[in-house]
Amino acid sequence: MSTVELSGVSHAYGRTQALSDVSMTVEPGEVVAVTGPSGCGKSTLLMLAAGVLRAQSGRITVAGTDLAGADDASRARFRRREIGLVLQFGQLVPDLSVRDNVALPLLLGGHRPADARAAADGWLERVGLDVAPDTLPADLSGGQAQLAAGARALVAGPRLLLADEPTASLDATSGRALLDLLVNTTVQAGGSVVLVSHDNAVAARADREIRLRRGTIAHQVALS
Amino acid sequence: MSLTELHLALLAGAPRHGYDIKQEHDSWFPDTRPLPYGQVYATLARLQRDGLAEVVETRVDGGPERTVYALTADGAVRLRAWLAEPAAPTGAGAEEIVRKTVSVLHTGIDVAGFVARQRAAHLRRIRDLQATPPGAGPAERLVREHLIAHLDADLRWLELATELLPSPDDQPTVRPDEREPA
Repeated sequence: MSTVELSGVSHAYGRTQALSDVSMTVEPGEVVAVTGPSGCGKSTLLMLAAGVLRAQSGRITVAGTDLAGADDASRARFRRREIGLVLQFGQLVPDLSVRDNVALPLLLGGHRPADARAAADGWLERVGLDVAPDTLPADLSGGQAQLAAGARALVAGPRLLLADEPTASLDATSGRALLDLLVNTTVQAGGSVVLVSHDNAVAARADREIRLRRGTIAHQVALS
Repeated sequence: MSLTELHLALLAGAPRHGYDIKQEHDSWFPDTRPLPYGQVYATLARLQRDGLAEVVETRVDGGPERTVYALTADGAVRLRAWLAEPAAPTGAGAEEIVRKTVSVLHTGIDVAGFVARQRAAHLRRIRDLQATPPGAGPAERLVREHLIAHLDADLRWLELATELLPSPDDQPTVRPDEREPA
C-alpha cells in the first residue's frame, strides 16, 4: 500500500486553477521532492496531502485513509496521529512555549503532560535549538522557529512527513542538519517524506523528483 | 583556472617531484578530473624554463629517478600576484549545458525529457557531493560546496530557460522545410 496516493486531483482558488488532474504516489520509505516555479501548485499539493485542504475533485488516500471523503475533524485527528508537517515560517502557536508547541501533538493525542514535555525537550535538543524551553515563539528568530517546527513534526513519530521549504530560514549548515534529521528519522522508522522546495540542495536529498508546471506534473525522475 | 599558477601554489608548501604534485592536486580537488602526469611534467618544464621553478634535488629511492622542484623567488612573486587578483566572474560561456539547452530551445526536440534528464543528473551530482566522505577537512568541504553552488546555479538557469522553452504541448520549432537537405 502506498503511503500517499493522489488520483485525478484538481483544486482551484476562485477562478485560479492551482492543480489539474494530478495523479501520483509516494511509497513507504521513499523521499519525494516536489519542485517547480512559484505558483505551480506544489504547496497546494502538500496541503491536500496533509488534509489541511480538501480536494475539490479526485481522490487522496494517506496510509489507506481516504482524506477527500473525511470531514474536518476526522482529517485533523488523522493528521495529528500520522503526519508531521513543517512549514516555511514554523507556524508555531503564539501563546504556547516552544516546549509546549513541540509537545502539542502528544498532548492532543492524550499523552501524559510530563511525558509529552520530556519528549519535546529531547527533540528540541536533537534539532539543536538552544533556547529556554519556556521561550515564546515571538522571541524566536525565523531559523529557531523552523527548528522548533522540525522538532514538533518528529515528536509523534509520523508515518508521513510533509515539509514545505523546511530549511528556508536557516543557513546552509543548519538547514542541511535539520533536513538530515527529518529525512533519516522518518525513513529509518519506515515512514515517507515529501519535500516541497525551490532549493535544489533540498531536492537533491530525495529518491525521486516530481516537477510541477502550471498545476500539472511536468516530469517525474528517479534520483537514486 | 590557470594551471601554471596552480602548480606554483602546489610547490609553495615544500619542494616536490612531479608525482607528489599530481597527488597533492588530486587531494585538493577530489571531485575534478585528476591531473594527468603529462601535464604536470610539461608545466614543470615550462616553469623551469621561465625561471619560476628550479630543480633542487634528484632522488632515487629504490625506484625511478625523481626530480624535485622548488619555487624560485620569481615564482613566489608570480604566485602572490596571481592570488592578489580576484578570479574573473564566469560570464556567458559555451558550456555543454548551455549548448544543449539552446539547441533544445531552437529545435523543440523532447523538451520535457531533456529538462528531466538534466535536472536528475545535476541533482544526483549534488547529492553525491553533499555526502562528504569521512575525514574530509574544511578545505575539501569548501571545494565541494563550490561545486554544489555551481550546479545549483546551472539548475536555476535551466529553470529560467524552461520558462522560455515551449511547453510540453507545444510543437517543435523545426519544420520539415527548414531542415538541411540530406
